[in-house]
Amino acid sequence: MASRRKEPPAEDGRLIETDVLVVGGGPAAAWAALSAAETGARVVLADKGYHGTSGATAPSNTGTWCVPPGEDRAASVERRFKRTAGLADRRWMLRAADRAYENLQKLVEWGYPFPSEEDGSLYIANLRGPDYMRFMRQRVQKAGVTILDHHPILELLGDDNHIGGAAGVVRRTGAGFRVSAGGIVLATGGCAFFERILGGTGLTGDGHLFAAEAGASLSGMEFTGKYTLAPHGSSLNKGLPFRWATFYRKNGEVLRDARGEPVTNGIGGGERQVAEAMLSGPVYARLDLADPAMQDWLRRGQPNCFQPYDRMGINPFGDLFRVELKYEGTVRGTGGIRIVSSECGTGIAGLYAAGDAASRENVTGGISGGGAINASWAIASGWWAGHGAAQHARRCQNREIVRLRSLGTTGLRGTAERVDIDLADAARTVHAEIAPLDKSYWRTTETLETSRRTLEHVWAGLRQAKPATGIDRLRAREVASVTASARWTIAAALLRTESRGVHRRRDFPGEDEAQASRILVSGLDQVTAVREDRALPMAQEG
Amino acid sequence: MIEVVSADRCIRCDICERVCPAFVFDRDETGLPVIARQDDCQTCFLCEIYCPTDALYVAEQAHGPTGITEPEALQRDLFGAYARSLGWSRGRAGGAENDPTRHIRVAQV
Repeated sequence: MASRRKEPPAEDGRLIETDVLVVGGGPAAAWAALSAAETGARVVLADKGYHGTSGATAPSNTGTWCVPPGEDRAASVERRFKRTAGLADRRWMLRAADRAYENLQKLVEWGYPFPSEEDGSLYIANLRGPDYMRFMRQRVQKAGVTILDHHPILELLGDDNHIGGAAGVVRRTGAGFRVSAGGIVLATGGCAFFERILGGTGLTGDGHLFAAEAGASLSGMEFTGKYTLAPHGSSLNKGLPFRWATFYRKNGEVLRDARGEPVTNGIGGGERQVAEAMLSGPVYARLDLADPAMQDWLRRGQPNCFQPYDRMGINPFGDLFRVELKYEGTVRGTGGIRIVSSECGTGIAGLYAAGDAASRENVTGGISGGGAINASWAIASGWWAGHGAAQHARRCQNREIVRLRSLGTTGLRGTAERVDIDLADAARTVHAEIAPLDKSYWRTTETLETSRRTLEHVWAGLRQAKPATGIDRLRAREVASVTASARWTIAAALLRTESRGVHRRRDFPGEDEAQASRILVSGLDQVTAVREDRALPMAQEG
Repeated sequence: MIEVVSADRCIRCDICERVCPAFVFDRDETGLPVIARQDDCQTCFLCEIYCPTDALYVAEQAHGPTGITEPEALQRDLFGAYARSLGWSRGRAGGAENDPTRHIRVAQV
């Protein structure tokens, strides 16, 4: 394989020293890198893909939760809080709204090309993914951050008291590299569980696994029953155009709700009925409620959504087309690494989490948060985590990477048995236990128990597999982190014997006041799930 | 998935190989991109808009190739379609300032 590269390939075992290491390449990673660099810290950003295109944001067009300062802000938080199934935190919502607003103003200052309102003022409540992430890369470069594209991190390095580095692999060569850092931000994104959604290939919950191996907990993993409509077979899990859809059977018969009304608005009231209908056969849609002005705005404002239709040669405003609900795991669902301090510390010294890698319960509670809240959370949590990691790096100046242990386990270091394993088969099995509507849109004790047993079997197989080498380590670790994330999801979903937010139990359809607390999961070979209000306080700042 | 690399349009730069978030491309001895890991493609269409000569075509099916050929993509004017609708041109960003999404968000509620 001949390939011309501008930079020379890294030698095996190359060691990079820095103050802050940011793992990931989406918006949370970019804001964390900028925030740490602003304090004067040396920063390395190691992205599994290319910082500027990787993650769920770059291929999208996302709203922001943009709440200007003033009296209305508290009211806006209160309105949002009512939709969070009782598990958000008003203090965090307020500070997230504030931080996101401040940083959106920075984008204005830096010259991001926001569109104008009719009165000439800038409309900053929306960011176009490709442009936003390309712009962020340029800012990150300008801030002096060292960007390592296609340098996936495979594991953390640490001792009994703190995390002090990470090790990864260079995709082009398969060579290893290590980074010694005073503070580390995990901004690795959510876990898409191998569903083919925008950004999904790289979103394998890597940071979840790293954090758990370091001893951190995760939270909210049961709030992963999140799906979004897409043209069937496509990657376009963007729901906005379906606001103007009516839903049909293949023969053109319109779907009707319990009162006999046509099922419409696939991102609102219609979603559940569409999901129900899909259990008994294919569902079709037509964006027939969009008037000509809206059709024009949708086409020009959401051009990514129209790529599948244009390429298939169909007119979605006039033709029926088949749809599916794409599973979104923790990408639009909510669970992730538990945050225990204001600076987004994980409870493990030196380790911080931001964006979709972190649990978003503080701002979204038990619901998805949609694009807007989640985009603002990425901006705010990235900023805080970058500051926290930089501060931590300043506090521990004498660092010796030789003392640190490799914390990676499954996929990197097997047990003594060393059996061959088919990773593609393992990936398909895990996806099949988590992505179908009758597994994660609706859950029952029975389906969850069946999945739990299957996933335990997959995990045991991964544990016994021959350790991967070279670039194959990446896939081995991705399958391990998705499998671990699936096991945490199932454990949390089994413990929550009620329906709340985007966790729906067929066998417990109602909300139970006594379960209005968060669920924490932890552990690798032995997974445990506990209710936060009964867990021991974990107050140690990250 | 990424399906077509037009050898005629391609200028043998290294942009698609570098910007693909899923690391799908290698390049052959002449510098032409080769779709080496097609199944890793996440159908995000971003390689298309970064390509300075609209030499790449990503088909809409995320689970496997459709078999579309370069002449068909050319005949249907599909090369560069996403870039044009965004307002990007020759691999350069543009058009975000004309995004009418605010009208959609107002009407969405």
